[in-house]
Amino acid sequence: MAALRTAAAPSVGTRPPKVLLAGSLVTGVLVAIPLVYLVVRTSEAGWADVEPLLLRGRTLELAVNSLALAASVAAGCLLIGVPTAWLITRADLPWAPVWRVLAALPLAVPSYVAAYAWVATWPGLHGFVGSVLVLTLVSSPYVTIPVAAALRRADRDVEDVARTLGRSPWGAARSTVWPQIAPAAGAGALLAALYALSDFGAVAVMRFEAFTYGIQLAYRVGFDRTLAAVMALVLTVLALLVVLAERWFRGNAERRQPPAGTGAPASTRPLGRGTVPALTGVAAVAVLALGVPIVSLFVRLAEGTARGLEWGELYTAAVATLTVSSIGAVIAIMMALPVGLLAARYRGRGVAALESASYLGNALPGIVVGLSLVFFTVNVVPGLYQTSLALAFAYAVMFLPKAVGSVRASMAQVPPGLEDAARTLGRSPAQVWGAVTARIALPGVTAGALLVALTAMKELPATLLLRPTGMDTLATEMWSRTTVNAYGSAAPYAVTLMLVASVPAYLLSRPERRA
Amino acid sequence: MYLNRRAAALSAVAVVTMSALGGCGADADEQTDNDNSDNSIVLYSGRDEELVGPIIDAFTQESGIEVEVRPGDTTELAAQLLEEGDSTQADVFLSQDAGALGALAEAGAFATLPDDVAGAVPAAFTSTDDTWVGVTGRARVFAYDPRDVEESELPETVQGFVDPRWSGEVAVAPTNASFQAFVTALRVSEGEDVAEEFLSGLVDNDVQIYESNGDILAAIEDGQVDVGLINHYYKYELAAEVGAENVITELKFAEPGTAGALVNVSGAGILAGAEGDEDAEELVRYLVSEEAQTAFAEQTFEYPLVEGVPGPEGLPELSELVGGEFDLARLESLDETTALIQSVGLV
Repeated sequence: MAALRTAAAPSVGTRPPKVLLAGSLVTGVLVAIPLVYLVVRTSEAGWADVEPLLLRGRTLELAVNSLALAASVAAGCLLIGVPTAWLITRADLPWAPVWRVLAALPLAVPSYVAAYAWVATWPGLHGFVGSVLVLTLVSSPYVTIPVAAALRRADRDVEDVARTLGRSPWGAARSTVWPQIAPAAGAGALLAALYALSDFGAVAVMRFEAFTYGIQLAYRVGFDRTLAAVMALVLTVLALLVVLAERWFRGNAERRQPPAGTGAPASTRPLGRGTVPALTGVAAVAVLALGVPIVSLFVRLAEGTARGLEWGELYTAAVATLTVSSIGAVIAIMMALPVGLLAARYRGRGVAALESASYLGNALPGIVVGLSLVFFTVNVVPGLYQTSLALAFAYAVMFLPKAVGSVRASMAQVPPGLEDAARTLGRSPAQVWGAVTARIALPGVTAGALLVALTAMKELPATLLLRPTGMDTLATEMWSRTTVNAYGSAAPYAVTLMLVASVPAYLLSRPERRA
Repeated sequence: MYLNRRAAALSAVAVVTMSALGGCGADADEQTDNDNSDNSIVLYSGRDEELVGPIIDAFTQESGIEVEVRPGDTTELAAQLLEEGDSTQADVFLSQDAGALGALAEAGAFATLPDDVAGAVPAAFTSTDDTWVGVTGRARVFAYDPRDVEESELPETVQGFVDPRWSGEVAVAPTNASFQAFVTALRVSEGEDVAEEFLSGLVDNDVQIYESNGDILAAIEDGQVDVGLINHYYKYELAAEVGAENVITELKFAEPGTAGALVNVSGAGILAGAEGDEDAEELVRYLVSEEAQTAFAEQTFEYPLVEGVPGPEGLPELSELVGGEFDLARLESLDETTALIQSVGLV
C-alpha cells in the first residue's frame, strides 16, 4: 500500500482515494494467484534444474512462434476490424445493421470449432497460416466493436474542418479520425494478441507449435509440472511485453487524441462506386468467419450419429453454461471496477502496474490457470474446491482484462467537467454519481460483462479441472464427444453453444445509447 | 468524497463475496469417505464417459455402490491429482495409459491394491508394486487408406516406414502417450541407435505430425495421409459413431513381438486417501471381473487382460500380438524417450 501510494505520481492532480487503491489491490492479489502458483512450482525445482529448461533453444523457438502468431493475429484483426468498423458506422453501407451484427458474431465461435471446420473443409491447411487465419477471424470483433464505438463518439467537425483546409478525404481521415480511434484499436488488438498467446484449441488443431503447445506437452510428457511452470512463466513475460507495447502505443495515441467532440451524430459518407467492393469485403469476412464453421457443423449434423441426442442433457448443459459464465462476468466486473476507475482517473506507476497486472491471467492457457486454482482452493479455501463459484472465479481471473478495458474506457468517457458542473449546481456527490457517472458508464460496463460471459461460455481446459463433479457445460459435452471421434453427436452442442453465445455477441453489436 | 464511499462499498462487496464463496461450498466437500463403506465413491475417469458409463452403471446395479464419475483427459486428471495431493476427493483413478499411472505411483499417490485384484491380470500388464492394475489392452497398429494402399505394400515392422515410398504419407502423434510407449518399447527391444535412426528417418521422410490418434484417423478418412500409427480401437469408436460401413480405414497389425505391435494398457488404481475403502476396492475388483472384461471387449473393442476372457471379435488374439517381453513397468520412465523424440525434432 505505502509503496503504491508513493509510486503513484499524481499527474491528474489528486491522489487516488485509499479505498479505491485497497479495492484494486484486492483484485491485484486475486489475479496474482496463478503467478504465485507458477513461482512456487518453479522454485521447488531450484535454479539448477530450471536453467537448462529455460535456456534451451526450444524455448526461444516456441517464443518466436507465439510472438509471431500474436503479432500477426493483432495485425489481421486491425486490417479487418478498422475498415469494417468504419463501414458500419460512417459509410452508407446497404443493410448496415445486419453487417453490424454479423461483424460481432464471430465472438460466439469457439476457436477450436472454427479450426476443426477449416481443417475439415481444407484438409491441407495447417501450421502458422492456418492458426493466424482462424484466430484472426474469431477475434476480429475485439477490434471492430470498440473501434465502431469510438467512431460513433468521434468528432466529425474536426474532420470537416480538415477537409475545408484542403486535405484530401483520406488525408483528413488519417490526421483526424485515426487519432480518435487509435486507443480503441490498440486496446482491441491487445485483447486479440493476448487471446492468440493463450489459445491452445486452434493451434492444437492446426498443429502449430506455439508456446501453449509446449506447455501442454510438458504436462503430457512425463507429467513435468516444473517444466510446464517454467514455460508458463516465460509466456507471462511475453504477455507482459505485449501489454507494455500496447501501453506505450496508447500513451502516444492518447496524447495526440483531440478533445471529445460535441456529440453531434456523424453523418454517413456516400460510398458511391465503392459500395460493391465494400459489400464484397464485409460479406467475405462473414462467410469466412461464420459461414465456414456453421456449414461444417451442419454437414456433421447431417452425417448423423449413432448416439442420438438427449434434449434434457443439452438443456441442462446450456443452463449450466449460462449460469456459471454469468456469475463469472459479475465477479469480473466487481474485480474490474476499482482497477478500471483507478486507471481512468489517475496516472502513476502504481496504477499502471496494477492495470497491467490485471491483464496477465488472460495470457496464460486455461490449463495453467485451472491448475493454479486447484492448488489455491485445495490449500487455502478447500470448501470452495470444485464448486461453480470457484469455476466462475477462474473465469473472472482469466478474462478480467475484457472487463477492466471496458470499465476504464467507459469511465474515461465521463467528462470530469460534467461531474464538477453537476456539483456546482448543488447536487450531492451521491446524486452526481447516480445522475451522471453511473448513467454514462453503465452501457460500457455492461458490455464488459457481456464480453467476459461470452468468452467464459467457450472455455474448456479450466472448466474440466474446476467444475463440480457431475456438472457439464456445453464445451465439456462437446469435448467428451470429440475425444471419441463422435463429431456428429458433438455438433448439436457446438450449435447450441454458438446460439447461446450469439445473444451477448448481438447485444455487444448494438450501438451504445447516449445518456 | 462520494467516490471514496462508493469504492469502499464495491470493495466490501468484493470481499464479502469472496468470503461467502469460501463458506458456501463446505457442504459439498466434507463428506468423509474414510469409513470402510458408505456405498459411494468418486471416480476420476480418463476414459470417455459414454464408453465406460454402461460398465459403471452395471457395477452400481450389482453392488448398490453409487459412483460419481468425473471424466477428463488422462494427463490432465493426473496433473490434477498430483496438485490435489492428500486433499483429493477421488477414490479411484481410471487411466487411459500406463504412463499416467506410473507417474502417480512414483509420487506415492496410490494405495496398495488387495492381492486378488492386483493379481487378476498377467504380470506383464500390471504394475510391479501392486499400486495399479491393468484393465484393458490396446494394440498399436498401422491404420491405412485402402483407396491408396494395398495391404501387401505395407511393411511388416514399423521401421519400413522410413522408405521413400512413404514420404509425406505417414502420420504420427508424438505427444500422445501411446506413441511414446511405443518408442520406449522400440528403444528397449532394439536399442537406442535403432530407435534414433528410425525416428530421424521418419522426420527426414516428411512424417506428418498430428495431435491425437483420433485426428490421425480423421486424416486418413479424409485422404490427407495414407498411413497412421495409432491404437487399434479408434477405428471401432468411429464405426460405432458413423456406422461400420462408413469407415474407410483398414488396420494392419505389425509382426508380433516387435515394438510396432506393442500392447499398451489402460488401468486403475486406488488413491492413497481411500486406502482400505471397500467400495473403491469393489469397483476396481469389478473392472477386472469376467463380466466387465467381456463388456470392454464387446463395447470398446479393447483386449480383455484377464486370462480366459475372449478378445474382441475379428481381431487377432492378444497372445498372437504379445511375442516380445515388453515390461510395461519399464515403460513408465519416459524421460529418455521424450529426450529422444525432442532431439530428432518430432516435437
